[in-house]
Amino acid sequence: MIYQESKTLLEVRGLCATVNGIEILKGINLTVKSGEVHAIMGTNGSGKSTFAKVLAGHTAYEITGGTVVFEGKNLLDLAPEERARAGIFLGFQYPIEIPGVANNQFLRLAYNTAQVQRNKDELDPLEFDDLVREKMKLLKMNPDFLDRSVNEDFSGGEKKRNEILQMALLDPRLAILDETDSGLDIDAVRIVANGINQLAKKDNATILITHYQRMLNYIVPDYVHVMESGRIVKTGGKELALDLESHGYDWVSVEQPATVGT
Amino acid sequence: MSVVTGNSYLKNLLHGQSQLATSPLEKLNRLRANAVDRVSALRMPNIHDEEWRFTDISPLTKMSFQPIRIASPLQVSDVEHFYLSEAVTRLVFVDGVYAPHLSTQLSDTSEDSSVVVSNLSAATSENLATIEPYLGHHTEFQDNVFAALNTTFLHEGALIIVPRNVSVEMPVHLLFIATQKEVASYPRCLLISGSGSAVTVLEDYVALQEEAYVTNTVAEIVLADNAIVNHIRIQRDSNQAFHIANCAVSLARESRYQSVSVALGARISRYNLNVLLADEGAECTADGLALISNRQLADTHTCIDHTKPHCTSRQLHKCIVDDAAHAVFNGKIMVRPDAQLTDSSQSNRNLLLTSKARVDTKPQLEIFADDVKCAHGATVGQLDNEEIFYLKSRGLSEVTARNLLTYAFGAEIIDRIPIASLKFQLEQTVLERTQRS
Repeated sequence: MIYQESKTLLEVRGLCATVNGIEILKGINLTVKSGEVHAIMGTNGSGKSTFAKVLAGHTAYEITGGTVVFEGKNLLDLAPEERARAGIFLGFQYPIEIPGVANNQFLRLAYNTAQVQRNKDELDPLEFDDLVREKMKLLKMNPDFLDRSVNEDFSGGEKKRNEILQMALLDPRLAILDETDSGLDIDAVRIVANGINQLAKKDNATILITHYQRMLNYIVPDYVHVMESGRIVKTGGKELALDLESHGYDWVSVEQPATVGT
Repeated sequence: MSVVTGNSYLKNLLHGQSQLATSPLEKLNRLRANAVDRVSALRMPNIHDEEWRFTDISPLTKMSFQPIRIASPLQVSDVEHFYLSEAVTRLVFVDGVYAPHLSTQLSDTSEDSSVVVSNLSAATSENLATIEPYLGHHTEFQDNVFAALNTTFLHEGALIIVPRNVSVEMPVHLLFIATQKEVASYPRCLLISGSGSAVTVLEDYVALQEEAYVTNTVAEIVLADNAIVNHIRIQRDSNQAFHIANCAVSLARESRYQSVSVALGARISRYNLNVLLADEGAECTADGLALISNRQLADTHTCIDHTKPHCTSRQLHKCIVDDAAHAVFNGKIMVRPDAQLTDSSQSNRNLLLTSKARVDTKPQLEIFADDVKCAHGATVGQLDNEEIFYLKSRGLSEVTARNLLTYAFGAEIIDRIPIASLKFQLEQTVLERTQRS
């Protein structure tokens, strides 16, 4: 939701990035204020996922230009774990499986790292168990998932719920959710979207990266951005997603080929 | 070419063999005599033998080893830290010699008295009749000098007989404790599981001191129709020791063999596992972990032989290799012409923690049937960058992320051990050996 006088959380200016020498991001501008929900849409290969990974600090990408300021800090100076501790959360499109590590062990480790960062007490396994079970109810997750290895043999939908569970535990300032709706059936989309909505507050913000408008039936964005060839080429309100759904991505390119967002 | 004149090393190893007491089981005496013949005809393998290409055992042949003459006077308090709370039935061998005062036989407990868990040399005449067709039948020693050596000393050992339709609830612990240097011990295990029976057996090799000794074991496991055997094998010998093991498993119709073998100790270890899927619908799972460091060498050779239709095999073998250690994996899956509808998968994954660590892996698939599903593969490498990034994106430091992933790599195998207290112990071992600061 857009609030008057809310603080700027994220300020991206002219961000360029390459992978293996190939330019993927070609000058992205984006401003996210606390309380807001932004949707970034675009075709496959438009650079959406790269943008998400660059914000989280993936080392496969080289930053070749531009600035990213997050709550007054130069984000590009921080290692991925420092960004996470500063309040950035990336919900992965393809969450990694870690056989041999129980999900509850992993979740507690991540949670306690965040607690230390906030100068709060770490939780022991019993205390944590109470907390995580409460959070799992939000996503209608079966407690069995705690004893299983992280994401191992989880279905696509289960993996995505596990991502949002991590988000609920870590309570980030800025959540970047990369194709969280992909691979989900319609019930799962509703449950996951409902979880995300409940976690949205006045002092945090969400960037939803999505190919389809479907998720936006449940999570109403304040801004919709369209990415193409490594740039944001159009920005509008929630109705832009509906236009895209009915006209297709070609429509943006034809109508406003040279526009650069915000 | 295998005949070497003046093979004094092997002759030396046989010292004292002729003084073994004659067994009431005529077959056993014959086996020993045959084995002595074979030992004199064979030689120690070297790296020019295909099966030993990567495993140089010359350090073994530079030292002299004899079976013990005087047993260590161990008390329960010396060894009870090796005991497991779940395993009420326990056979303990000290330097290869059965130690009744440290053991708890099944007849001492309340379980079904028809089950036999005893020292081989104390087998009753009725048991002798049962074991006669199996003993020495499954482990081929004609061309295997170590199995032949073991058989020349065939005397004491672990005998387990589970009668038809009997399920042994608690695991049986076979504990082999090494206490002295320059000792050669020849542990022997024979497990006969009747049709429809179920049992869990832990074969556990431990040391009280960091000494150089040789453990040369042979295990034979026979499953009748519909039998289920869980076989856990933990090799935590001294880091100076040599450990050579041969295990042969034979599965009848619809039987199921599930094994986890873990190699942690020994300067040089070699485990040969041969699984024969001898009749339709048999299933085998053979998982393994070698976790080695310094200059250790751990070699695992497995052969899973599908001979009849509708059999299934699953194998995941992992190695974590630190310092200048060296892991070897050679895994053969054989699918015979008659073995249609075989479903087999094999995976060997290796994690090298340093640039000096080494692994030699050779998965082999030999398929002679046309309607089968077989998958195999091997990977060698360092930790995956995507996995590290995932953990770091959750706030974990680089070191914590690496430690967690290295631990998890080993824990995936440890998790498959169905004995909770042992699993916990080994998880701690993996944790201690994989954490960096």
